[in-house]
Amino acid sequence: MERTRLTAKDFSSGLPVKWCPGCGNFAILSQIQKAMAGMGLPHEKYAVISGIGCSSRFPYYVNTYGFHTMHGRAPAVATGVKLANPELAVWVVTGDGDGLSIGGNHMLHAIRRNIGLKIVLFNNRIYALTKGQASPTTQPGTKTKTTPEGSLDFPFNPARFAAGLDCTFVARGIDFDLPGSAAILERAASHRGTVFIEMLQKCVPFSDKEFDPLKDPQTKDDNVLRVEHGKPLVFGKEKNKGIAFRGFRPEVVEFPAGKVPAGVAVYDETSAEMAYLISGLTQPDFPVPVGVFRAVEKPAYEELAEEGSAPPAGLDELLAGPDAWEVK
Amino acid sequence: MAQNAPKKNVKVSELNSVTVRFAGDSGDGIQLVGNQFATATAKAGNDLSTLPDYPAEIRSPAGSLGGVSGFQISFGDDSVLTPGNRPNVLVVMNPAALAVNLKNLEKGSVIIANSDAFSKQDLEKAGYAANPLEDGSLDNYRLISVPARALTEAALADSGLTKAQVLKCKNFYILGILYWMYGLPPEPTIEWIKSKFKKTPAVAEANEKVLRAGRYYAESTEIFDARFQIRKRTIKPGRYRNLTGNEAAAYALITAAKLLKRKLFYGSYPITPASEILQVLARHRSRDVAVFQAEDEIAAVCSSIGAAFAGSLAATGTSGPGLSLKTEALGLAVITELPLVVVDVQRGGPSTGLPTKTEQSDLLQAVFGRHGESPLPVLAASSPADCFDTTLEAARIAVKYMTPVIVLSNSYLSNGSEPFRIPDPSDLPEFEVPPLPAPEEYKPYARAAETLARPWAHAGLKGYEHRLGGLEKQDVTGAISYDGLNHERMTQLRAEKIAGVAKEIPPTRIYGDPEGDLLVAGWGSSYGAIKLAVTEARKAGLKVSSIHVRHLNPLPPDLGVIMRRFRKVLVPEENRGQFRLLLRSACMVEPAGLNKMQGQPLNQEEILEKIKEVLRGN
Repeated sequence: MERTRLTAKDFSSGLPVKWCPGCGNFAILSQIQKAMAGMGLPHEKYAVISGIGCSSRFPYYVNTYGFHTMHGRAPAVATGVKLANPELAVWVVTGDGDGLSIGGNHMLHAIRRNIGLKIVLFNNRIYALTKGQASPTTQPGTKTKTTPEGSLDFPFNPARFAAGLDCTFVARGIDFDLPGSAAILERAASHRGTVFIEMLQKCVPFSDKEFDPLKDPQTKDDNVLRVEHGKPLVFGKEKNKGIAFRGFRPEVVEFPAGKVPAGVAVYDETSAEMAYLISGLTQPDFPVPVGVFRAVEKPAYEELAEEGSAPPAGLDELLAGPDAWEVK
Repeated sequence: MAQNAPKKNVKVSELNSVTVRFAGDSGDGIQLVGNQFATATAKAGNDLSTLPDYPAEIRSPAGSLGGVSGFQISFGDDSVLTPGNRPNVLVVMNPAALAVNLKNLEKGSVIIANSDAFSKQDLEKAGYAANPLEDGSLDNYRLISVPARALTEAALADSGLTKAQVLKCKNFYILGILYWMYGLPPEPTIEWIKSKFKKTPAVAEANEKVLRAGRYYAESTEIFDARFQIRKRTIKPGRYRNLTGNEAAAYALITAAKLLKRKLFYGSYPITPASEILQVLARHRSRDVAVFQAEDEIAAVCSSIGAAFAGSLAATGTSGPGLSLKTEALGLAVITELPLVVVDVQRGGPSTGLPTKTEQSDLLQAVFGRHGESPLPVLAASSPADCFDTTLEAARIAVKYMTPVIVLSNSYLSNGSEPFRIPDPSDLPEFEVPPLPAPEEYKPYARAAETLARPWAHAGLKGYEHRLGGLEKQDVTGAISYDGLNHERMTQLRAEKIAGVAKEIPPTRIYGDPEGDLLVAGWGSSYGAIKLAVTEARKAGLKVSSIHVRHLNPLPPDLGVIMRRFRKVLVPEENRGQFRLLLRSACMVEPAGLNKMQGQPLNQEEILEKIKEVLRGN
C-alpha cells in the first residue's frame, strides 16, 4: 500500500489539552503523534483506545478514531477493534492504576495472545486523577493519601511484568527523554504483535520529584542505563561503569573510561532471559535501564485468526446444515 | 434367533402425542440416544420438543443417584409445545435412574428397564433393599425388563470387538425396541452411525446390528403387546432441522450479520448454560464470523463493544453471573450508543446457584440492572426455535436504534430442541442502519428524526474520524460536556429513543377470546406450558385466554387495554414475580402470580391448577 505522508500536526485534534501545566503527558503525546505520522497509514486507519485516568484522556487530543472506555478495560476494547478490523493501527494508552490494577487481567492476556496492540503505559506511580492514592507501582514507604504511614505493599515493575509474560516487544522510556522515547516509539510502530512500553512520567501535583535523579544533569548519567541491542551495557558520566552477569546475578563493574572489559554484558534484545534480568535492575543498587528490552518476531493473534478462517458459507447452506429434512 | 420368529398380532393404538424419558448414568450415552430418537421422530413427520437434564457434575460416581442424566422428548401432532410433564414411557439404564424418576411417573405408564444393571451392588447404590423389577413394587406400571447387556453380547458374539466396545452398543438395543414400539424408521440413525464411525467400520456395523436386533426382539417377543401410532402434525411444508435454543441463537447472529452485510464479532467467556453458543459459532468461524474467547466476562463484552466501534455486528452471550459482570460495560454501550446483542441464558441464581437448572430470574437485572439512567431494550424467546427469531429481532433493533439489546433465554430453552423451519433468505427481515451523512456534515450525536438513532460511523471509515467515550456527550456534537441541563436532555433522549422501540412491536396476539374472566400473561420459556394449560381450561368451559410477551422493555403499548378486558390476570413465571412487578407499574393492574423456583420449568398441570384456583376465588 502507498504510504500516506502525514505529520504530527495532522494528528492533533485541536482541543485544549487538560493536563496540569508541566505534566509529563504533553511530551509523550507529541512523541506518539509523531510516531503515528511515521507509520504512513491513511489518517482514518488509526484508533487510540484508553481506559480511565489522567493518561486516558489521550484519545481526545489525537485527531483520528478514539475511544475513551472504562477503567482498566482498554486492552479488551482494543482487542475487539483489532479483530473486527485488523488493518487499523490500534494504540492503547493506559496508566499504572488502569493497566496494572483494575485492568491487570486484560493486560496480561493481551500480551499472552500477542495481539497487535501498541500499549503505552504511563507510569507516574500514583493515582493522579483521583488525587493522590497509592498505585500498584508506588514505591515502598511512599506517603500518599491512602498510605499516610508509607506504602506497605510491594510494587509492580511494569517492564518486568511484560518481560515475564514473554511480550514480544518490551521497552521503557522517560517522558522528558525525547530522543530516547522517539527511538522506542518508532520501532514500536512497525512491530508485529503486542507492544508494551512503560513510560516513566512525572505527576506535578503528586509525584513531582519521582524521577528527578534521572533528569538532573549532575546525576542522570550515573542513574540511567541506555540499553541497545548488540552494544555493551555501559553507563556513567565518564562511560566508566557497566553491567556484568555473575551467573544470573547482575553487578556493576567499574573500569577506566573507554576500556570496556570483556565481562560487561553485550545486550541481546532477542533473549527473553536477558529482558527479564535487565528490566529487574532497580535503584539504588543499579541504574534505571531504558530503551528496547525485547523485540522478537512471533505471529500476531489477528494474523492467526485471519489465516485460520474458512471462506464464508452461504446463508442457505448455513441454515440448512447437514441434516435438514423436507416436509411436503 | 429373533429375526426368524413369526410376527405377533399386536394392538396398535393411536395417540396425539407421547412423552418418553431416557435416564441412566451420565456416562451411559443418554443424550446421544435421546437425540437419535428425536431425529427419527422428526424425520417421520412429528412435531417434537426435547429437554436434556444433566447433573451439575461432569461424572458423578457410576450408579449413584446424583449421577443420573435424563433426556425427555414429547412428540406427535401440533399439540406438542413442551417436552411433556409426566413421561408415558420411562427408559431406565440402572436402578438409580429408576429411583430418581419414578416419582414423576403416573400409574399405568411403561417402564423399560435394562435388567442386567440391577445387580445387588447397583441396587444398594440407588438405595434399594430389594430388586424393584422382581419384588412386585412396580405392579401398577407396565414393566418391561430387557437384559440389554446379555442380548447385546449375544448379538455381537462373533463381531471380534472388545468387551468394552460391545457394552457401549447396548443403548442402541433399547433404541431399536423403541423404534419398533412407535413404528419409527431406523434409517436416520443408521446413516448417523455410518458417518460417526466412518473410520471404524466394525464398530459401525456392530451398532447397526444391535439397533436392528432390538427391533426384531421387540417384534418377536411376547412381552411387547402394544404398538403406538402417533398422529403426525399438520406441518407447514418446507425444510426443517432440529435446533436447540442455543444453536438457534448462534445461527440467528450469523444470519443477522449476513443480512446487515457486516462481519459478526462474538466475544464470550465459557459459562453454563451459554457456552454452546460460543462453541457453535467457533465451528462456523470464517472471514465473516470472528469468534473470540475472552479472558473473562468483562473482556467478552468490552471486546464486543470495541468491535461495534470498528463496524462489526457485535454480540456476546452469558448467564446471570456473567451478566452481572458485564453491567458496567453495558453502561458504556448505552452512553456511546453502539449496537450490541447480549444473549443472557438464565439459570437458577443468585451466585452460582443452580448452574444447570432453569429459571426466569434475570428479568429485572436485564431491564434495570445498571448504574445511572441506562435504558435498553429487552426481548425474551419463548421456545428453542423462537431463540432464532428473537435474537434476529434483537440484532435488527440494535443496529436500527444504535443500542445494546438483551435477549433473555434460559437453560430450558438453550438445551431443549424442536423442529426449526429453515427460512427462505428472501423472507428474512431487512436490516436498516441510521443514515450516514456526508463527512463534512457528520456529527457523532446528530439523531435520525424517526428513531433518534445516531449514525454508525465506524473506525476506519474515511472522513468520519471522531472520539467516543464514557463521559457525557454534548447533544448533537458528541463533545464532552459536564453541563447539567445537557446531561438531563441526553438522559431524556436516551430514554425516549428506547421507548420508541415500542413502534417495532406488533399488536399483541390473544390466544382465546379478547375478553373473559382470566387472562394468563406469560413471557419467555413458559409459552408451551401456558398454551397447553389454557387450551385445557377452555375445553373445560372456563373463560380463559392468554398472551405471551416477547418485548419486555419497552412493553407492548396495548397490554393495559387488553388486561383490563379480563376480570383477572394471572402471571406464571419462574421467579418471585418480576414480570408481575413490571406489569403492575406499567399498566396499573394487580395480577395474581404463579411463582416457581425449583430449577424445573413450569408445567401445564400446575398452571391449570392455578387457573382454576384463581377463578374459584371470584
